[in-house]
Amino acid sequence: MKLTILTAITGFALLVIIFELVRRRQLREKYALLWATVGIVVVPLALFPRLLDAVSLAVGIANGASLVLFLGLVFLLVLCVHLSWEVSRLEEETRTLAEEIALLRTEMERANSDQR
Amino acid sequence: MINGKRVLVVIPAWNEQASVAEVVGEVRGELPGVGVLVVDDGSADQTAAIATRAGATVARLPYNLGVGGAMRVGYRYGYEHGYDVVVKVDADGQHDPRYVPKLIDALDEADFVIGARFAGEGDYTVKGPRKWAMIMLSRVLSWLGRTRLTDTTSGFVAANRRTVELLARWYPVEYLGDTIEVLVRLMRNGYRIRQVPVTMRPRAAGTPSHSPVKSTIYLARAFFILLLSMVRK
Repeated sequence: MKLTILTAITGFALLVIIFELVRRRQLREKYALLWATVGIVVVPLALFPRLLDAVSLAVGIANGASLVLFLGLVFLLVLCVHLSWEVSRLEEETRTLAEEIALLRTEMERANSDQR
Repeated sequence: MINGKRVLVVIPAWNEQASVAEVVGEVRGELPGVGVLVVDDGSADQTAAIATRAGATVARLPYNLGVGGAMRVGYRYGYEHGYDVVVKVDADGQHDPRYVPKLIDALDEADFVIGARFAGEGDYTVKGPRKWAMIMLSRVLSWLGRTRLTDTTSGFVAANRRTVELLARWYPVEYLGDTIEVLVRLMRNGYRIRQVPVTMRPRAAGTPSHSPVKSTIYLARAFFILLLSMVRK
């Protein structure tokens, strides 16, 4: 029973943090949606840990907790890959901007020196 | 004008204040009438100011991007200003600008020309993993490009208008991508590549690395980037 209290508190804290981050406009909507979904899945599981036992038995996993662990790990891996992808894209975008600035400044200096 | 073509020499420079003035001066002296663009890759020293004083046009990147970023600026500048040929010359004084007309002449039968060591001229030697990397690269790339290439990581290259147009849009920023991946992509898209033997000079500033660990990492990265460039779209 104690464990249920611990997991429930964790689940709710997660939801509150996400809500607060979105409210302060610190999280883009797409991530807010993602984490809110996670929160909504996690909270009922935190209150009733045996909820997934039926599903886990059906796929041949001994208990619900193992299934959650497995799914959680897969989810985090996919998320990490996604974030690497986002960072790569951002780097490419900032690189393009930096190059554009260099070219613009060069053109500007040329125009200035032509006037003089 | 060299061989009836408008030529831009691009010199990527990162903290090269010790040698950039000499290189710019030499290029302008040996090759009158060519455009000289120094791309300052976020240097912390006086590279940009010194290059300007030496008579080059200078493009300054706001922070360090690596050779790939600097060169894409160079190719784009060349493309937008209507140059027929863009030649890359290193800021450390390795590349002798007297070979530039030779490179440009070779562009009559190619889209991209590499100024290559080990091609009969000069006495540059390497050993250990770095040598194996170079041998592997030249074997694979020679086979892929159906031409003899002995120095695929040479930074002394010339590109014609068709190639400049591609490289102004696409130029990898990763380490070794600027040489290996560029070559593979050009070859896979049917660009003709040739090499011209050149002698390279010892660098005016800075020293090349000879540590065995570093050259082993170099071999691994070269192999990785080669594989990657073969499967990339």
